[in-house]
Order: sequence, then structure tokens, then C-alpha cells
Amino acid sequence: MGKKILLKGNEVMCEAAVQAGCRFFAGYPITPQNEVPEYMSKRMPQVSGVFVQAESEIAAINMVFGASASGVRCMTSSSSPGISLKQEGISYIAGAELPCLIANVQRGGPGLGNIRASQADYFQAVKGGGHGDYRVIVLAPASLQEIYNLTMNAFDWADYYRNPVMMLSDGISGQMAEPVEILPYKPIVDLPAKDYILDGCKGRKPRVVKTLVLRPTDGLVTHNEHLQEKYKCIESELSLCEEYETADAEIVIAAYGITARIAKGAVRLARKKGLAAGLIRPITLWPFPSDAFADVAETARQILTVEMSHGQFIEDVKLAVNGTCPVEFLGKGGGWYPTEEIILEKIESMVAASVTTAKGEL
Amino acid sequence: MLTLKRTDVLTDACTHYCPGCGHGIAHRLVAEVIEELGIREKTIGIAPVGCAVLMYDYFNCDMTECAHGRPPAMATGIKRIQPDKIVFTYQGDGDLAAIGTAETIHAANRGENITVIFINNAIYGMTGGQMAPTTLTGMRSTTSQDGRGEHGEGPPLKVCELLSTLDGVCYLERTAVSTPKDVIATKRAIKKAFQNQIDGKGFSLVEVLSMCPTDWKLSTVQSVDFVNNEMKEAFPLGVYKDKG
Repeated sequence: MGKKILLKGNEVMCEAAVQAGCRFFAGYPITPQNEVPEYMSKRMPQVSGVFVQAESEIAAINMVFGASASGVRCMTSSSSPGISLKQEGISYIAGAELPCLIANVQRGGPGLGNIRASQADYFQAVKGGGHGDYRVIVLAPASLQEIYNLTMNAFDWADYYRNPVMMLSDGISGQMAEPVEILPYKPIVDLPAKDYILDGCKGRKPRVVKTLVLRPTDGLVTHNEHLQEKYKCIESELSLCEEYETADAEIVIAAYGITARIAKGAVRLARKKGLAAGLIRPITLWPFPSDAFADVAETARQILTVEMSHGQFIEDVKLAVNGTCPVEFLGKGGGWYPTEEIILEKIESMVAASVTTAKGEL
Repeated sequence: MLTLKRTDVLTDACTHYCPGCGHGIAHRLVAEVIEELGIREKTIGIAPVGCAVLMYDYFNCDMTECAHGRPPAMATGIKRIQPDKIVFTYQGDGDLAAIGTAETIHAANRGENITVIFINNAIYGMTGGQMAPTTLTGMRSTTSQDGRGEHGEGPPLKVCELLSTLDGVCYLERTAVSTPKDVIATKRAIKKAFQNQIDGKGFSLVEVLSMCPTDWKLSTVQSVDFVNNEMKEAFPLGVYKDKG
């Protein structure tokens, strides 16, 4: 057993990053992620790391770009509007194939929106966000312990695949506190040598880190094909998913992050009432655990997608299920969140409707 | 016997710059300074977006390129992690003084121990001659066809003057590459800007007034005259800050 500490989700992520060897942080204040730069401003100097309060989210992601090219584990964080600003840099870092961690403690949008929790940046996170054909690995923790564990893993995956990783958190997960076991960092993959680092060309040929590839046919086309090969590899190796009570479930809730945590409570309530409910929760949003969803769709009668947005996540659920099972929706944006009771009501209405339909068929 | 040779800090690649362009001169001066200071193997250069984006093809040291206007931010990340290395950015006027103004001012104000080479040719070169933040009043470009200042463009932005108000800045000098005398002065200034970094003195920037015959739609000789007669008047040469 490691030591247990009580911290806010935002601080848990920071401590896990420090434990995993993150030694560079650049960020800009925005609610509800302010604990991240605050914690890092204090913690980085303690471990001989670097903290920079950047003049903007744009500058922060480009500082991370430079730190990553220097070979150090590095991260930045923000919340939704600030993540929009970082997209330019994320595209460059993905194009240059450099590792880093970007945390999005999501708030309500669009525009300035509000500072309540939201999951409305799903499309932006998993479909690219910036320009060009690229992917970032997107992680969706549903507890503070998972924030801790996944943050440490994130640095390994970033280094292993030479790709940015995004921690897709939210205002609730970032602001709430619960006990977290501080586990020592241990790499979960064989980390490759960083043979791309710009550290002066002493004893070797000069290196270039760049994303401009002007030659179309044997240059940028080839580079894009290489990236797509890498993404395929990540898809085959890194789809993570949790299933809860799905074996005999007739209605399976599909939800991620904090919503999945609430949905798990709803499943327990439903089970107490004798309703065969279950939960499928992607831990990686990209790559999306499509196979697990397809399997669940084989046995479930209906799937209920719950998200704190107006129908973004449901598109990937439908793609994975591919018409083999009806997919219902419960969700709203702008700071709305579901309670266990709201989800239970929806489950009950779905059961009632299916009974009616069954009778109708008779 | 005097022999002239290409510095080892430049590769023998063919240049993509237009005839009469000042980038080639500025590249050579930066490269010669790196050679003379013996820092090639510890130098990391950052190319801008613009005509000089391909400078990593010419420089025989570690190089990177980043998003338009962001070199000072990227340089901050590199230098903070590797304070023992020499980090320089090489930026044009659009990169440094338009889209990257915030990055420039804040890196300068933090006193980042980096060297910035700022090529001011008063025009967007690579994209084909649009108005730059440093385009002179009355000067025509493809996006100020009646001359700058006629339709609310404002006057040219004076970077050395602007940055000279910041306490964090160590050294600012504006030079040119339009006469042999100016070229010699530019090399001296670039060398000082790199030496300042070696000595840990902080943010140093050399603004170099440079020719762009192609997008000015002037001959190479006329372009030299334009720098000497017009640009030097709008952008007076000299040392704007020197903390010593």
C-alpha cells in the first residue's frame, strides 16, 4: 500500500506528473484548472523542474513544444477555451511526433460559456481539434485514483508512441477531492531512446525538428502515411475500456469520465429494482474501444449513451455498434450533469417503452 | 595570403532566396559568429514561418521550426531545459512583430537568455508581398495598394523602440545589410547578441533592415537604395538598449 493523500483532482494530476518525471510545465490561468499551474509553480522548483506562467495558452503549448524537443517530460493544462487556443501547437507537436501531456479540465461552452463541468470538447479532443490528419491519445479518468494512474501512464504512452496525450478531465473531477493512493512510478512500456532531441550536435550530425514537408508526393504524403500507420498501431494496442455488470445486462449505459461514475451508481440503483442494467466505460476515448462496444451490442437489448454534451460521444458509440443495437441518448451541455436518479428514470422509461413495443408486436 | 571560404556552420546547399535578398547575408553573418564563438555543437536555432522557414537546410547545427510567431515561446522551453546550450531565433517582421508580438514582448520582458535575429524587410515575402507590420507609411503592397496609412493601417511598428521600454531586455540594436559598412556593423551586433547569451546576460535582439527586391518590385540596386534612403529614415539605426 502506498501512502494515501487527500487532494483535489487537479492536484492529483500534478503530483502524478511529478512522480512520472515531468519536469517542465507551462500554463495560463483559467477556471476550473487553476490548481494545476498553482501546484506546479510550487512543486516544479522542488524537483529541479521548470515552471513558466506563459503569456497565453498559445505560448504555453509552444514552450512545451520546445521542452519536448529538449527531451524532457513536459505538460501544459487548460480548460476548454484555452484548449481551443492550444490546438495550433498540438497540431505541430503531433506533426513533429513529439511527446507531451495536455490536460483539458473541461468547462461549459461554446465561447466563454461558464465554469461548470462539461464534456462538450469531445469532438475537439478525439477528432483532431487542430488542422491536418492527426490524432492525440485521449484519456478519460472516472475517479481521482484513475487520474493519478492514467497521468503516469500518459507520459509512458506519449514517449512510447512519440505522440501528444490528452487528459480529458472536467470541472467536477478537477475540483473534487478524495483520497488517492500515491503509487511509485514504474514505466509500463519499454521506453525507446529519444534519438530526436535537439541538444547541440556534438559528436553527431545536426538534427532538425520540423513539420514543413514541401515535397507533396514523396514527402508530405509519405509522412502522413507514416502517421496513419502509427495511429493504426496505437488503435490495435491501446484501447482501454471498463465494463460493469454487462454480462446479463439488457440496457447498457455508455458513458465516460465523471458521467460514467454517476452512471455506475445508476446501474446499482437499477439492479436493486431488478432491472438488468450495466455500464460500458471507455478509458481511452481515442483510440475508441470499438470492439468492446460491438461485443456489448451483441448481448444488450438497448444502449443508453449519457454525456454532459449534446450528442458527441454518441456518434462514436453508434459507429462502434454499427446498427446492431438501438442507441438512446441522455445528455445536455452548458454545465448540466446527470444524477443517478435522472439516469435511472431514463432506464425505467426505456424498459417501459420496450415492454410496450413487445406488446405491440404481439 | 587571404583566403575566403564558406563557414562550416553553413551547408553547401543551393539557396532558395531571391537575387538581392538580404537573408543570405544575414545567414552568413549568424553562421560566422557561431563559428567564431566556437558554439556550433551547442547551438539550437529556431526557424520562423516565412521566407527563412527553410533555414535549417542551410545551417549545420541543430535546428527546429515552429508555428508562425512562436519561436520566442519555443526558445523559452528549450533554453529553460538546457540553460547550457545556445538558443537563437531567426524571425521576419510578420513572424516577430505581427502574429508573434505577444511571444516577443513577453520573452523579452522575462529576460529569457536567448538571442533573437529579427529580419525587417517591411513586407511579407513568402506569401507574395502583403503589408507587414513594418511596411513604411505610404509604401504599396498587395494588401495596401494605395499605400500604407490610407485605409486605417496605422504607421509601421518600431520593435527596438517598443522593446527598449522593458526592464527585462539586455541588448537591442538596429542595423542593416545594405552597405559593406552596415554588414560589418551587423556582424558585430550579432556577435554581441550571442556573447551576451554565453555570458548569461539575458534577452538580446538585433533588428536587421534587409532588402526584398522581388516583393518591393524594385531592382536589386534600387532595393539597396530603398533601405539606405527610406528604411533607415523610418527605422533609425543604432543601439536602443545595452545593459553591458
